[in-house]
Amino acid sequence: VLEQFLREGRISALMWEVCQQQAQAGSPELHEALLNKIVCLPDHVSNKLQGKNPPVFFPQNYFPLLGGAIIQVLQKISDSLRGGLDCSISFVSHILGKVCVHGRQKEILSILVPRLIDLTKSDCIWQRICWRLVECVPDRWMEAVVLGFVQRTPGADVLSRLLGNLVVKNKKAQFVVTQKLLLLQYGHTTAVLQNLLGYLSLDGLRRALLIKVLQELLETWGSSSAVKHSPPEQQQYISKAILICLSHLKEPEIETCRQELLTSMMEGVKCHLDSNLPQIRRLGMIVAESISSKINTDGPVLKFQVKVIMKFMPDAAVPLVLESNKKSHTAAPVTPDEESDAELDSDDDLIPYDMSEDKELKTKAPVYIRDCIEVLTGSEDVDKWEATVKALEGLVRKNPAATKEVSVELAKILLHLEEKTCIEGFVELRQRAQVAVLTTDPIPVAKYLTSQFYSLNYSLRQRMDILDVLVLAAQELSYPKSHGKTKHSGAQKPCIQLLPGSDSSKDWRRIVDERIKSKTRRFATGQSQVELVSSPNEFSSVAGHFFFPLIQHFDRPLTTFDLLGEDHFVLGRLVHSLAVLMYLAVNTVAVTAMGKVLLEFVWALRFHTDSYVRQGLLSCISSMLLSVPTERLLEDMTEELLETQSWLGDVVEKDPDGDCRRLALQNLLLMENLKKKL
Amino acid sequence: MALPPPDPQFVLRGTSAAVHTLHFSCGNQEPDVPILFSGSENGFIHVWNLKTHRVDKTLDGHGGSSVYCVETMGGKNRLLSQGRDQRICLWDLAEGRTSVTNSVFTENVGFCRCALLKVAQGRWLMAMAAKAPEEVQVLELPSKTSVCTLKPEVGAKLGMPMCLKLWQHNCDSQPLLLAGYEDGSVVLWNLLMGKALSQLVCHQEPVMSLDFDSEKAKGISGSSEKVLSIWSLNEQQNLQVYKTHKLVNAGISDITIRPDKKILATAGWDHRIRIFGWKKLKPLAVLDYHTATVHCVSFSDHRNPSERLLAAGSKDHRISIWSIYTQT
Repeated sequence: VLEQFLREGRISALMWEVCQQQAQAGSPELHEALLNKIVCLPDHVSNKLQGKNPPVFFPQNYFPLLGGAIIQVLQKISDSLRGGLDCSISFVSHILGKVCVHGRQKEILSILVPRLIDLTKSDCIWQRICWRLVECVPDRWMEAVVLGFVQRTPGADVLSRLLGNLVVKNKKAQFVVTQKLLLLQYGHTTAVLQNLLGYLSLDGLRRALLIKVLQELLETWGSSSAVKHSPPEQQQYISKAILICLSHLKEPEIETCRQELLTSMMEGVKCHLDSNLPQIRRLGMIVAESISSKINTDGPVLKFQVKVIMKFMPDAAVPLVLESNKKSHTAAPVTPDEESDAELDSDDDLIPYDMSEDKELKTKAPVYIRDCIEVLTGSEDVDKWEATVKALEGLVRKNPAATKEVSVELAKILLHLEEKTCIEGFVELRQRAQVAVLTTDPIPVAKYLTSQFYSLNYSLRQRMDILDVLVLAAQELSYPKSHGKTKHSGAQKPCIQLLPGSDSSKDWRRIVDERIKSKTRRFATGQSQVELVSSPNEFSSVAGHFFFPLIQHFDRPLTTFDLLGEDHFVLGRLVHSLAVLMYLAVNTVAVTAMGKVLLEFVWALRFHTDSYVRQGLLSCISSMLLSVPTERLLEDMTEELLETQSWLGDVVEKDPDGDCRRLALQNLLLMENLKKKL
Repeated sequence: MALPPPDPQFVLRGTSAAVHTLHFSCGNQEPDVPILFSGSENGFIHVWNLKTHRVDKTLDGHGGSSVYCVETMGGKNRLLSQGRDQRICLWDLAEGRTSVTNSVFTENVGFCRCALLKVAQGRWLMAMAAKAPEEVQVLELPSKTSVCTLKPEVGAKLGMPMCLKLWQHNCDSQPLLLAGYEDGSVVLWNLLMGKALSQLVCHQEPVMSLDFDSEKAKGISGSSEKVLSIWSLNEQQNLQVYKTHKLVNAGISDITIRPDKKILATAGWDHRIRIFGWKKLKPLAVLDYHTATVHCVSFSDHRNPSERLLAAGSKDHRISIWSIYTQT
């Protein structure tokens, strides 16, 4: 029966009835029930009939049929409107909305949309009917309907015809079109974007929305968190949308928002170029180029060398659009100017190779130390200066005799050397050169450096550099040398790292642990390693020169440098450096004297407020306990040791800093070990 | 778009000293292997097997003094080498021997490479810088008799001879000598009469190397400055400058024209080998491989054009072998 009902087009009649009724009053429940029944008919029927469902009730057949019925109804409505009668179209809208939301957009709209396109081509009543149809769709179904329409229409002008100023009148539609489809979803095709944005651009009322959309798109495009966190597909989608918007913009509009475009472009291109993904960078470059060419029609234009496949839209006004599946092209390298092969002779079958790399040779570094000094102090030639800085350490090490003649001068120059050009690793180069000079001629240079440490008018950085250089040189000097060559990278033992902050405290723990381990007795390990070639400890003769001057003036404040006052950071570094020097002085002649002096120094500063300084002081004690031979410690410094022990006990219990407590505990352990040796 | 320059086909390592001179001997048929002779600063001459890329033999005949010229005399079994010990040695390398059969004591402490020319079967002319400054002596080998001594006129102030090239127009005509001097001039000498036919000032600095194309009567010379000078010889045997070519970096140690006269190679102090077309001196390629001055370049004498190679020896102890423009 139902089948027959359908076949005879009774559905349309039913709907027509309802529409006519609605123009007057009508019971909403009846409408609701009818709505439900009509839309859900296929489901109900198939539930009932299970296997024996006649084909007309299949969704793919039913809904087109319904679509046709709707058209008929609309036809009747239009006739009646022409006749002057009023009728409501909302029932039909409801049906349409509900069908679309149920997911049957494709079936129903595939019938509806082409018909509507034809009908609305020239007839403005039909246009109005169509607009009304869509406007009356309830908000909760609006998105499905609008999306369906946008996807199905072949062009922006058609969409404009069908939807009219829906976006202006209906809030939900506006939200869907301007926000949801553009910013929240990104799966739609380029055609959809073109339709949408073209639609927005075609009417004066809607153009304001277009500008707003562009601004929002640019904001998203330019936000660095969006660039970092949103998927590349979404970014591509947004970039496409921006490009399409740009192509629709007219000159006066560009004028008004030129500044905004410029700012967002600059921000956006920065975020994009920052990205690690080459496709994001490319997207950024392309969009920036387009924006720049739009806003600077006469001035210089931003140009990147990016090759993409451009697809020209049939619309003559729109210049370019990205292909949705852009094949990746790496940035094309600069093509060198080829010689004009105008001459045609047998020489021309020899094709030249690319000779763009053939440039003048850079200036070489000087080969003599005195030349280096000249370049570093006077020369204006930055290439030479750079080459000299890079080559200096090697030269100093290769020519110790020549360096010894000018060592103090060189140390002075290096201490004051500032970065003239941007060299990679300048600080390290300078430091290594300084270390090289210091190790080549330790005593005079150490004298100079330690005196400068306590002099006026040095920056904190320079004073700390002095400390670093002294420690590194001491390390190098105290390390056994093999075949007269020092291993630079090898000499950097991981436990002695000159880093600011509390890192060094952990390293000290490691050193102390290692030493404790080394002091444990091992029975019969035998010769597992080849004996290292022994050489005299070069640090032995100069340890005193490194150590004592540094410790001398710590309590004498200068106008620009007050160790005990503001510059406690430098004090901390000084203390740590002294600890290292103490540690490196093991087996040297001066070690006992150093130990005594260091202990006094520590005693004077033991209640310092800065925890970094206290850690340093405790490391000093560790080094001292480890380096000074036990006999000397026990004989010459018994009283001081006892005092220190009670202080350490105090620190273990009451010090607020965890590292200090740990270090103090280790020191106490070391002292226990000492006692056991008695 | 131009291709990037090719990489060397292979690199010969193992000389452990700067390479000053190279000479190919690849014209033989199988089963003879193609060979490259190289002379180094430590006095050794290495005989490289170009199939295995290894040294087959090492010849030590100059007592540790730098060998700066190596030439073959009719095949790979007879070798001539010149060293800083003021000696020119003639070697017999046939059947695995490595003995010096003869030597000439030049008494010259300069760097001028000697020049060889075959005038008849078993008879060679060799030009070398002589003991007296500015003099060039021409000897006949293997007899070691002096053919002539070429003395520039008094007051000419040419300086030391820097490079020599012996040539003859065809087998019957007289042999001529082109000599480049310290003052930058190139002089054409007639050996029979022992006098200069023409002199041309090509450079402001000493002429470091020259090469001559006897078919086109055109030659090229390189110096320590930035200019390559191309000069030609007209019918009256007069030298005239044809054109000059400015280089990017100064200093050329060696120039050689390929036997087929299509391209030439220059060895530069800027570590680069430059290839030019010979016809119009069109720059063709810049081969940037070495990390120190390139001392010498040499083209191979393969019979099969597609196998032709270019070798460059440098101060960085390496010999790079290139296969470039072999299709023409």
